[in-house]
Amino acid sequence: MIRNWIQRITLTDVIVWGVGILILTGVVWGSIVTLGIGKYSTATWIDLTISGLALGGVYALIALGYTLVYGILRMINFAHSEVFMSGPFTATFAAQALIAIGWWNRYPWLSLLIVMAVAAAVSSSIAILLERVAYRPLRGAPRLVPLITAIGASFFLQYTFRGLYGSGLKAYPEMEIFKGVWMLGSVRIFKTQAAAIVGAIVMMLILYGIVQYTKLGKAMRSVSEDKEVAALMGINVDRVITSTFALGGASAGVAGILYLLLFPVANFFMGFFPGLKAFTAAVLGGIGNVPGAFLGAMVLGLLESIGPNLFLDGLGVPAAGQLKDAIAFTILVFILIFRPSGILGERLTQTKA
Amino acid sequence: MSLLEVENIHTYYGNIQALRGVSLKVEKGEIVTLIGANGAGKTTTLRTISGLLKPREGHVKLEGEDLASYMAHEIVYKGVAMVPEGRGVFARLTVMENLEMGAFSLSNKEQINRNLERVFTLFPRLKERRAQVAGTLSGGEQQMLATGRALMASPSVLLMDEPSMGLAPVLVEVIFDTIQQINREGVTILLVEQNALMALGVAHRGYVLQTGEIVLSDSAEKLRKDPTVQKAYLGME
Ligand SMILES: Nc1ncnc2c1ncn2[C@@H]1O[C@H](COP(=O)(O)OP(=O)(O)OP(=O)(O)O)[C@@H](O)[C@H]1O
Ligand SMILES: [Mg+2]
Repeated sequence: MIRNWIQRITLTDVIVWGVGILILTGVVWGSIVTLGIGKYSTATWIDLTISGLALGGVYALIALGYTLVYGILRMINFAHSEVFMSGPFTATFAAQALIAIGWWNRYPWLSLLIVMAVAAAVSSSIAILLERVAYRPLRGAPRLVPLITAIGASFFLQYTFRGLYGSGLKAYPEMEIFKGVWMLGSVRIFKTQAAAIVGAIVMMLILYGIVQYTKLGKAMRSVSEDKEVAALMGINVDRVITSTFALGGASAGVAGILYLLLFPVANFFMGFFPGLKAFTAAVLGGIGNVPGAFLGAMVLGLLESIGPNLFLDGLGVPAAGQLKDAIAFTILVFILIFRPSGILGERLTQTKA
Repeated sequence: MSLLEVENIHTYYGNIQALRGVSLKVEKGEIVTLIGANGAGKTTTLRTISGLLKPREGHVKLEGEDLASYMAHEIVYKGVAMVPEGRGVFARLTVMENLEMGAFSLSNKEQINRNLERVFTLFPRLKERRAQVAGTLSGGEQQMLATGRALMASPSVLLMDEPSMGLAPVLVEVIFDTIQQINREGVTILLVEQNALMALGVAHRGYVLQTGEIVLSDSAEKLRKDPTVQKAYLGME
């Protein structure tokens, strides 16, 4: 038994585990050093936690698109980052128009609802179009084929939007109501961050409710288990797939507006990093699993926000804050190696076709 | 005009021909069984009727209407429901959700509730287990669920693919009793079985399928007495 087990260990395993243990030790050591010297105040940690939660909320809404589509088609929609970009990028024009007619600060909630609706509608349409044009004709093709198409579609969308709106940065105007901070006791929270957290939670609950309790949601889950049997129930499988893309797109669109509240500039490339991180979050939580996407996104948001100060700093890494993106990708690589099933989900590598 | 009429269908998987001109009829109110050995094409016949496969030649007609232009999910709305081979319950959905999906084609709430009552009367076990995730049900319970789920659609024709597969003899008896019960309640049934003895026991008529062709058809009683059937499918010498 044990002999067998030892024989199966390869050099790669040893190296991989070695690196894993090294990184883990580094993280623990760095954290101890940082906390030991007491370099940061409690207030700083709280600030970082809050911004991590806000970021996590945004990632969660994007991650949902990856997870829903994967659940139904066993396919990773790598163009989802562009679905995310298209809505909010377009919504900056709606915001400008609302400023021009003087609504932006006179009716801020209505204006916010309008830009969210615009972003959701555009992202959703792009997602539907993507499925129709790029993925549907390839259904039944080997799994690598739609993956390559997705990457192609991703570039196509980036450059289409660059052509449409230009390559420069488009500012997302600030709203008076979101300026400044709220104090919750002694905890200081930026209003934009509070809005992002609340918005993400509300949207997440709505989406979870749809998937869990509506006829469409149950049909989606049925299709995700068995398309043929779903058809035998009278479910129009193609329509359910379209709805899934639409739902994921809308969620990404809303996420985009929340993202612009936090980082108020849009451009054609804005989808890349959040998209990749949301994908990491989806895999971390267990791809195909809705609560998992939420959990994974929150963990990733927190790690990315707190991590640089907590353990990179303690290890004496210079300019730790700039390495936050590296944290996400290190995590991605390591979950894919050690636990492809993520925290809650099924295995990414060996699922039924 | 028969309720269900299959006329000379030829169905292929890619280039492999699985059905070579199968014809059969099911009259309203009947239980008709389709028996045959492994690989004879029984499942393929049912899948062609339900629209999951399209025949390259021939027609499937429901009350005289050709179903060729309808997709599988549309055929459900015409009144054809299927209990697929291997049951095909949605393992991660609850029993109740599975049944709700069975009624996907219906929009009348009262009708859905009536059907649910009927299924729960037929299978009290499902009522007890309605909150349970279907993947954790026993094989027999899953068969009940698959059958109940199909009945939720208020079908006029029920296609059943080997409902006795993998069940203990006692449960097989129960399932066949239920099939007769469902039929008495007015549902026409096309029953695919390898358990020819049991199938011919409940059916009115039967067809024997061999390598994609119907080789025999008669009343169930006559088929039971047919020497070739006895030898090949009833295990008698
Ligand atoms: N997906 C498929 N691709 C290719 N050939 C198939 C496929 N499914 C079935 N066949 C072939 O078609 C023929 C008929 O198969 P079918 O499943 O209809 O038989 P069956 O009578 O239902 O058998 P069983 O009693 O084992 O369920 C067989 O020769 C089988 O190998
Ligand atoms: Mg079969």
